[in-house]
Parts: sequence; C-alpha cells; structure tokens
Amino acid sequence: MKSNRKSGSQGIKWVLISVSVLFMAIMLVLPLVSVIVNSLSLGIPFYLKSLHTEYTLSALMVTLLAAVIAVLVNTFFGIVAAWLITKFSFKGKQTLAALIDIPFSISPVIAGLAFLMTFGRLGWANSYINQINQLFGVDIKIVFALPGVVLATIFVTFPFVSREIIPVLHAQGTDEEEAAALMGASGFYIFRKITFPHIKWALLYGVILCTARALGEFGAVNALSKARGKTFTLPLEIDALYLAGSSDSITAAFAVSSILVIMAVTVIVARNILEYQAGKKQGRYES
Amino acid sequence: MVKKYIKKDRVIPGFGLTMGITLLMLSFLVLLPLLSVLVFSMRLTPQEFIQLITKENVINSFQTSILCSLIAAVINCFFGIILAWVLVRYEFPGKRIMDGLIELPFALPTAVAGITLSKLYSDTGILGKPLAQLGLKISYTKVGLLIALVFIGLPFVVRAIQPVLEKLDPQYEEAAYILGAGRIRTFVKVVLPELKPALWTGFGLAFARGMGEYGSVIYISGNSAKEKTQVVSYVIMQKLNYVDYAGATAIALVMLIISFLILLLINMIQICQSRRTNYI
Repeated sequence: MKSNRKSGSQGIKWVLISVSVLFMAIMLVLPLVSVIVNSLSLGIPFYLKSLHTEYTLSALMVTLLAAVIAVLVNTFFGIVAAWLITKFSFKGKQTLAALIDIPFSISPVIAGLAFLMTFGRLGWANSYINQINQLFGVDIKIVFALPGVVLATIFVTFPFVSREIIPVLHAQGTDEEEAAALMGASGFYIFRKITFPHIKWALLYGVILCTARALGEFGAVNALSKARGKTFTLPLEIDALYLAGSSDSITAAFAVSSILVIMAVTVIVARNILEYQAGKKQGRYES
Repeated sequence: MVKKYIKKDRVIPGFGLTMGITLLMLSFLVLLPLLSVLVFSMRLTPQEFIQLITKENVINSFQTSILCSLIAAVINCFFGIILAWVLVRYEFPGKRIMDGLIELPFALPTAVAGITLSKLYSDTGILGKPLAQLGLKISYTKVGLLIALVFIGLPFVVRAIQPVLEKLDPQYEEAAYILGAGRIRTFVKVVLPELKPALWTGFGLAFARGMGEYGSVIYISGNSAKEKTQVVSYVIMQKLNYVDYAGATAIALVMLIISFLILLLINMIQICQSRRTNYI
C-alpha cells in the first residue's frame, strides 16, 4: 500500500513537472530566445549597425533619462510612504495604500491620456503653463516633449518601490524604532541605523523592478511622445521599426529589443541573488 | 493588532512630514492627472457619453477585452496552480531557474513581448508555421490575443498562490488520504479551499492587467475592427491619435470604473483573507 502510493505520487510528480516545464518553455523561454534569434538573423554586422543609428542612440538617452528620474522620485516616495504606512496608525490608511497602488491596475494608455487631459491643449493646467512661459519668457512644454515622457514614466512605476518595502516593514513591526525614539534618537537617525538595514534588499529589488519597468514602458509614453529621434524611448523606437514592415527594419526592431531582453534577464538574475541574500540573513537571525 | 489601535500618542517621529510628502506626491503625480480625465468626461452630457461608448467598435472592443481577459485569467489559474504546486512541493534540478523565470513577463517590456509573440505565432514563425499547416491561424486572431494575455498574466497568479501553498501543512492532505479520500478528492476538498482567496486575488490581478494591456497585445491581435480583435486600450489610443479626446475620455472613464471595481473586490478578498489567517 505504502510503496504503491509512493510510486503513484512519484508518477504524478513527474507528470506535473513535465507539464510545467513544457508550458514555461513554450510560453516564456521560446519568446525570449526568439528575440535573440531574430535580432541576429541578418548577421552580427547588421545587428551592430541597427543599434548604432541616430534614432536608437537618441531613444536610448531619452529612455535612460526618464528611467533615472522616475527611479529617483519613486525611491524617495516609496521610502517615505512605506514609513508612513507601516510605522503609524491613522484613519484611512487602507485607502491611502490602495490609492498608491492605482497606477498598478490601470491601463498605461489611460495614464498617457490623463497627462494629455492635464497639460494638453484642452487641459486645465495648460493655461498656467502658458502664463509661466510668458512671465519668464521660457518655452516649457509638457506633452509631446520630454517632461511628459518623464511624468508618464513616473506614473506607471509609482508604487513599485513602496510595494516591495511595505511587507518587509510590516513584518518587522515598530518596537525597535519606538525604543530608539524613546531613547532620543532623531527620525533620520532611526531610519539610517534601524530601519534601513532591514529593508536594504527589498529596497534594492524595488529599485531594480522600477528601473526595468521604467525602461520598458510603452503605452503611456506612446500617447505622449510623437517625435522620433527626439522624444522617442527605446520601446517606441522598436514600435516604429517593427511597424515600418520591411524585413530589415523588423530585424532592427529585434536588435533594439535585444538590449531590453538583456536588461530583463539581468533583473531576474538580480532578483534571485537578492532573494538568496535576504534569505541567508534571515537564516542567520533564526539560528 | 489591538495594541496598535489603543496607542494614540505616536512615539516614532516623522508622522506629519511623511504624511505631507506622501499626500503631496500622490496628489500631483497620480490623482490630479486622473481627476482631469474625470473632470473632462463630466463636461460631456449623458447623451453624448452614451453615444460615444455605445459605438459599435467600442462595444466590440469591450467585449473582446473582457472575454479574452477572463479566459486568459482562467487559463492562468489552471497552469498557475500546477506551476505553484510544482515549485513549492517538489525538488528537481533547475527549480530555481524556473522559479526566477516566472517573473519574466514582469521584467520584459511589453512592446518586446508583443513583437516577439507576434513573430513567433505568425505564418512564418517557429510555432506559427506548423500550426498554420494544421489550419490554425494564431497571429492576428483572438487566439493570438489570448496567448499574449496569458503571457503577461501568469506571474500574478503564480506569485499569489505560492506563499499560501508554502504555509499549507501537507499533514492535512495526509490525514485526508489516510481517511480514505482519493487524490483528486483531497485536492478539491482540502487544498483548493485554502487556496481560494489567493486564487481569486491572482485571478483579479491577471484580469485587471489583461483589461488594460496594450503593448504586448497590439502586434499579435491585428487590431481589426471587422474581426473584432481590437482591445479597449487600442481604441483609446486610436482616438487619441485622431485627436478625438471626448471619445477617448469617455472610454477611459468606463475602464477606470471597471478597474476600480476589480481593485475593490481584490481588497475585500484580501481583508477577508488576513482576517482568517489572523484569527484562526
């Protein structure tokens, strides 16, 4: 009876593992490999050439700029918001946490639309910006310009850092901070000496995830950026190349995509290393 | 939990400051822009609004998005349970790599996923070619759209189930088995009820993501009005490109209401779930 059950569950085990491996190979691994294969289908010289165009370089710079600003803003916000939500109890905390997560659950296209409706020709903030422009003799544009791209990127990656830190801080509780505060430590000192060591790895992972999403954002930026070679990001450049339709430009689209694939794989590897580091630390505390 | 609510005076410094910064940034970067959509759509009269959202292609796109997102979320729940089970309960070579790869759809930019899936399943692609010979066309049909939605929704379901499964003690299953329940019965009666809240959360997240998805869908779906393969996000973008802001905001408002309802539902499930785990 016992051995029968053992061999039966072994059989099920390998059936389930095979199903999983097959599913993941077709759904996840094959698309990844396909990008690389397609990008190299016209040879390495063509691959390098399609990366080294004026449009691609400009898109790379815009993408990096938007990502760096978005990551800085959202990291700052994430830490502050996580501190607020986990260290204090106040009315409406659940609502606040839900509001922060909004960008996570709405279509990026709607995010783009929201900024168009705010700063665009019909937006309520448009007249203020015109006034500022007249007053200072400057020409600030938000939509269809770099600030719009940056704002859209910040919007879609807004909850990424706070989402990673909040669970860690919740699990840690507030006892240590309270003790430190009672002994007279300042808020920043408490954060640096007590809170930060706890959230180090979660914060780093949040930043990595935020970076990845910022580099890859497409829908929101697509609504706000129309000038190829000026305000296009890498995903928009990929879109333009792919839709151009010739086999050369499609291969070039895959070549540009391969940069982002390398980034995505780096993120996954980094996540696993960080998880291992965090796990190792936890184990040490337990022993 | 109780202790927290009794304690009124706050010992830890920084409440006012962090509250101020959080509310300020949240309002300016997220809430105000979204309110602009709301304000603009309020300027439309109810008749205009109804007329804009009952256009044939708009209704079709809502049907397509809802239907395909639902089916994709169901498929993801099925494979999500298997994947989570395999990753939590079994030991086998390559498990860590597999666990890491689950996250790929989060990390891979949607536009990249879109073009590579489209190419893969097109008539000349590695998977599309043999399927086309069998008479199955995938790229530029609803099936293609479904595949893209399964791709981006998978990690939501797996990552929702995994932690619950890790906490679930296999002893209960053994007890059920010893008492004479078969494998399927044990799974349905013992494991599944425990997974249900997490499964609903994962289902909701995958569905919400599918409803709003743009980048990974637009290449493989073909965006044909006649074949009804346009998704809602595509129709909004199309209206934006034609500078039809009234049409775009009206559709966006309906979308916002739908995602708000999904979010509310997920939150309610999560509150029920945390109650259960805290008090039992």
